Amino acid sequence: MIQFSDNATVDIVAKLVAVTVAMFAFVFVVMVPLYDVLCDALGINGKTSGQAYTAVAATVDETRSVTVQFLATNNQGMPWEFGPGTTAMKVHPGAVNDTVFHARNPLPQPMVAQAIPSISPARAAEYFHKTECFCFNQQPLDGESAAQMPLQFIVDRDLPRDIHTITLSYTIFDVTDMAGGAVATR
Amino acid sequence: MGDYHHGPAKGLSRWLFTTNHKDIGTMYLWFSFAMFILGGSFAMVIRAELFEPGMQLVDPAFFNQMTTLHGLVMVFGAIMPSFVGLANWLIPMMIGAPDMALPRMNNWSFWILPPTFLVLASTLFMEGGAPAFGWTFYAPLSTTYAPPSVTFFIFSIHVLGLSSIMGSINIIATVMNMRAPGMTYMKMPLFVWTWLITAFLLVAVMPVLAGAVTMMLMDIHFGTSFFSAAGGGDPVLFQHVFWFFGHPEVYIIILPAFGVISQVIPAFSRKPLFGYASMVYATASIAFLSFIVWAHHMFTVGMPVAGELFFMYATMLIAVPTGVKVFNWVTTMWRGALTFETPMLFAIGFLILFTIGGFTGLMLAIAPADFQYHDSYFVVAHFHYVMVAGAVFSMSAGIYFWLPKWCGRMYNEAMGKTHFWISFIGFNLAFFPQHFVGLAGMPRRIPDYALQFADFNMMSSIGAFIYGASQILFLYNVIATIVAGKPVSDEKVWDGAEGLEWTLPTPAPYHTFETPPLVK
Ligand code: HEM
Ligand SMILES: [Cu+2]
Repeated sequence: MIQFSDNATVDIVAKLVAVTVAMFAFVFVVMVPLYDVLCDALGINGKTSGQAYTAVAATVDETRSVTVQFLATNNQGMPWEFGPGTTAMKVHPGAVNDTVFHARNPLPQPMVAQAIPSISPARAAEYFHKTECFCFNQQPLDGESAAQMPLQFIVDRDLPRDIHTITLSYTIFDVTDMAGGAVATR
Repeated sequence: MGDYHHGPAKGLSRWLFTTNHKDIGTMYLWFSFAMFILGGSFAMVIRAELFEPGMQLVDPAFFNQMTTLHGLVMVFGAIMPSFVGLANWLIPMMIGAPDMALPRMNNWSFWILPPTFLVLASTLFMEGGAPAFGWTFYAPLSTTYAPPSVTFFIFSIHVLGLSSIMGSINIIATVMNMRAPGMTYMKMPLFVWTWLITAFLLVAVMPVLAGAVTMMLMDIHFGTSFFSAAGGGDPVLFQHVFWFFGHPEVYIIILPAFGVISQVIPAFSRKPLFGYASMVYATASIAFLSFIVWAHHMFTVGMPVAGELFFMYATMLIAVPTGVKVFNWVTTMWRGALTFETPMLFAIGFLILFTIGGFTGLMLAIAPADFQYHDSYFVVAHFHYVMVAGAVFSMSAGIYFWLPKWCGRMYNEAMGKTHFWISFIGFNLAFFPQHFVGLAGMPRRIPDYALQFADFNMMSSIGAFIYGASQILFLYNVIATIVAGKPVSDEKVWDGAEGLEWTLPTPAPYHTFETPPLVK
């Protein structure tokens, strides 16, 4: 048992224990969410929204076009074949565009993958809307099978005029071990 | 102040069950010295491998384990516990209290440390080896790519965090509730002030460190993805959380050192400390600012420009209160009746070398320049100037200063001065050239290097061996003092020393200030 010399000591110990617990909680309930919120709000990290874009269709701005490039990268140790159907498209802001990525699992056993998108320049991230994306969900594939994975996107009409090229890069991760768990997707 | 009732218990149980602040202080000090030797021997392995280019002694995987354990053991095992030991010995004696406020918890906060470091050191013999991801344990190196022993590492961090928090709560409770009548806050010795503020920093940020390793644990074992991009997390988040702890941590290390220096310099200048109040305010502002500068360790992760600028200016702002302190120390010495006994030599060594470390810190704080310096040996040089020549030198000063008071025997002055000069030369030989190789592009934490860095690295290694060897002399001197030093009985020991601890008999009796002194 801890022995307390007097009430003032009990009081200060109680307060300091409360601070300790609060700071531990602070990490989980403030720092982690705040980090995500800030990254989203500032469009840093080139992260795009994890939800499908559902705004009403806007008119198409045919006065300019933007080049959208597609990149695909395998995370270390990820054996899938993974790549874009086309490496670049010229699109008008406001228009709805479709493309596909293809993936093949060369191993005999079923696997689950998660693709994580990133936009460059990061400034463009908030103007790049995905109405449909394979990255919203995990992608399971049976052994030695392949899939075409759809992507539908709109480049916002408000995209700053000095941006002419947007690069959308996906990194594919092996999440077989964590699949089914409570993993957040983006 | 007769020691009329019971003295210490006899044998091992005295140390196992003691609640006496002096006993616990002594154990902390010996334990931290043992860790200093352990961490130092890891450093010797590092410097031996870097003595010449090419791979000679150890394989790269083991080299990485050495850099990791060296950092962890020195920061958490040597420096931090050593200052807790000093706090235990001195705070009650300085504020006129009979003991710490929570003596039994005090015993616990010490005794959970040795087993924890045993666990940490034992990871060296585990399958996959010890942690090899650096003392900053960035994810995903420390999660996805970590050796299995990482779980033991996480456990150790949890326990030593707990120990620090208990120690801090104890110190805060002692300082706030147990001051002798008349000992107002603004009369407290600076060492007590710096420790009070340090203890608040510890209570605020050790839980954040615990949070960081808890998230690692969950990522590794429970399928969460705080730091894994695959699951929607982000490795950069780890760095933010770590440095939110990590930067205040470097001030946790240096503030008590400031306190020691603020006691030693006035004693050997025979003048009161210049600018006492400004010292207190400077310490408090450093502590406050230390919470808003963490991302200066992360200039290169790809922050927005506004972030780079904010953290750059905030970091530079810390140089202001730090400069106030250096100014006050120098002014204390100005026109003082200076003498240069060993504690004073170490204090002056601290002053010069810590200032160099502060300047290199300012260079690193320049965000655009840091892109070149980051993760190079320049950073290694910077933090060894502030941590070794800062914290460890001040610790040496403190031991020489108070040891005669504690054990009633005088250390060998000639040997002490020799220790200082060998340390001073060895330290500078070891770390000054690291500025040059760092600026020229040698990365840190690397077992082999390009040929053009060879000469400076050899100098560095020789300096490190000299510095290491000088600590053996220190150990010898301390033991020789305790067993056979020349007895001293003057209460003051040093004619210029001021403060309540110097009004007690020498050697300090087992129980002191059982009736509180009256402070005028
Ligand atoms: C004027 C005061 C200081 C300034 C402006 C300063 C600035 C910096 C900066 C900008 C870095 C990051 C360099 C990089 O990684 O590229 C750094 C690293 C570091 N500083 Fe300081 N610093 C100061 C004082 C201190 C003090 C007092 C300590 C500890 C006692 C300290 C310990 C460290 C450590 C340990 C690192 C390296 C951490 C690591 O990456 O392993 N610094 N400092
Ligand atoms: Cu820092």
